[in-house]
Amino acid sequence: MSGVAAAMLALLQRDLRLALRRRADTLAALFFFVIVVSLFPLGVGPERELLRTMAPGVVWVAALLASMLSLGRLFADDHQDGTLEQMLLAPCPLPLLVLAKMAAHWLVSGLLLTLVAPLLALQFGLPAESLGVLAASLLLGTPLLSLIGGVGAALTVGVRGAGVLLSLLVLPLVAPVLIFGAGAVEAAAAGLGVAGHFSLLGAMLALALFLAPLAAAAALRIAAE
Amino acid sequence: MPLTDINWFYYAAPQRFVPLAGRLVPWFGAAAVLLGLAGLWVGFFVAPTDATQGEAYRIIFVHVPAAWMSMIVYLAMAFWAGIGLAFNARLASMMALALAPTGALMTFLALWTGALWGKPTWGTWWVWDARLTSELLLLFLYIGYLSLHAAIDDPRRADRAAALLALVGAVNVPIIYFSVQWWNTLHQGASVSLTRSPSMATTMLTGMLLMALAFWAYCVAVALARLRIIVLERERDTAWARRALEAA
Repeated sequence: MSGVAAAMLALLQRDLRLALRRRADTLAALFFFVIVVSLFPLGVGPERELLRTMAPGVVWVAALLASMLSLGRLFADDHQDGTLEQMLLAPCPLPLLVLAKMAAHWLVSGLLLTLVAPLLALQFGLPAESLGVLAASLLLGTPLLSLIGGVGAALTVGVRGAGVLLSLLVLPLVAPVLIFGAGAVEAAAAGLGVAGHFSLLGAMLALALFLAPLAAAAALRIAAE
Repeated sequence: MPLTDINWFYYAAPQRFVPLAGRLVPWFGAAAVLLGLAGLWVGFFVAPTDATQGEAYRIIFVHVPAAWMSMIVYLAMAFWAGIGLAFNARLASMMALALAPTGALMTFLALWTGALWGKPTWGTWWVWDARLTSELLLLFLYIGYLSLHAAIDDPRRADRAAALLALVGAVNVPIIYFSVQWWNTLHQGASVSLTRSPSMATTMLTGMLLMALAFWAYCVAVALARLRIIVLERERDTAWARRALEAA
């Protein structure tokens, strides 16, 4: 195995191990997701038809908010204990290391949300075929949240009030992900094809997979000056 | 004179640019006032009443130029931010910072006048139309740029971080625009359309062009005036800035 891949794998394993050691932090974001989704029926009333039409949007918005919670720590902890400087000095392309960290973030946030989401959607009375589409749309869309959000996290490293600022920066940028993610489920519920939505999500994912690590690496270099 | 003999970076030095900006601001300001007065006169007194929308359409003379400027200023801001990031040019970064509040103001103005126009013509202040929604997201992008810049104390670091955000936003703007447009057509079809009737009276077009030029001149004047203040504030410890401040 080449040195770069070994370094990326080591970083990925380290971040996953840290997430496992700090289980409370990881689970807090997950429970935040569950609670936000469960609050909507209390707010708008328990009518089944209304809840069913709202479900894709509610689940997606809650997923967006929940991933913002854990993004704040993506680089902040490393910045505080000096690991970030070691990453900047490492003889390995920084964008690839950043990509490994983003992948770890997705595994402990996006993937968990994707696994829980169908259960919540069941509470909203979403039909079975829509559940699969919802899970698939989250599977394609949540990596985008980690990638684009990672750029925001890198920009706000070591900044006053980083948490709120991060949401302010990232949420408008991920609006297209929300549109096509929730739109796919709604299209499926309406009996329309979902291929277009998935294709666009996939296209955005390919674009972000290339550009976001570069942008985040540039932001980290600015932050470390 | 051959092009290579021109020193293209002559005015990139802040101490040379500040006096130039000081000389340009009154001209652009005067142009904004005169063109604005002419445009408003054409818009209110010369342009005919619209056959379908009555007098309410006249807000177009403020709304459309503001909407144009909101997008043009974002492009200009991202351009200067990119130049500042790529060439480490201080003045370009300060230019981007000087443009941002004006762009945010234009976006807000476009949304506000749009709401005022929507009430009498569509009977509602707000619809989730594609253009309105993307304009709202544009306002959020401006606010994000300004708040990121404000949150970082070191001005050079703030310039570079905000520039990166502006560039990421510039890549995202077309994606946001088209996604919102497709989202809208999926949701509600063409219930309301902002497209005007193609037969626009010549006087209306004249008024709108005059107002667009007036808005353009206003944005340039305000951005340059703000840029002078930013430069003088940051360079206040240098000898030339002190002389400039004492002379003023």
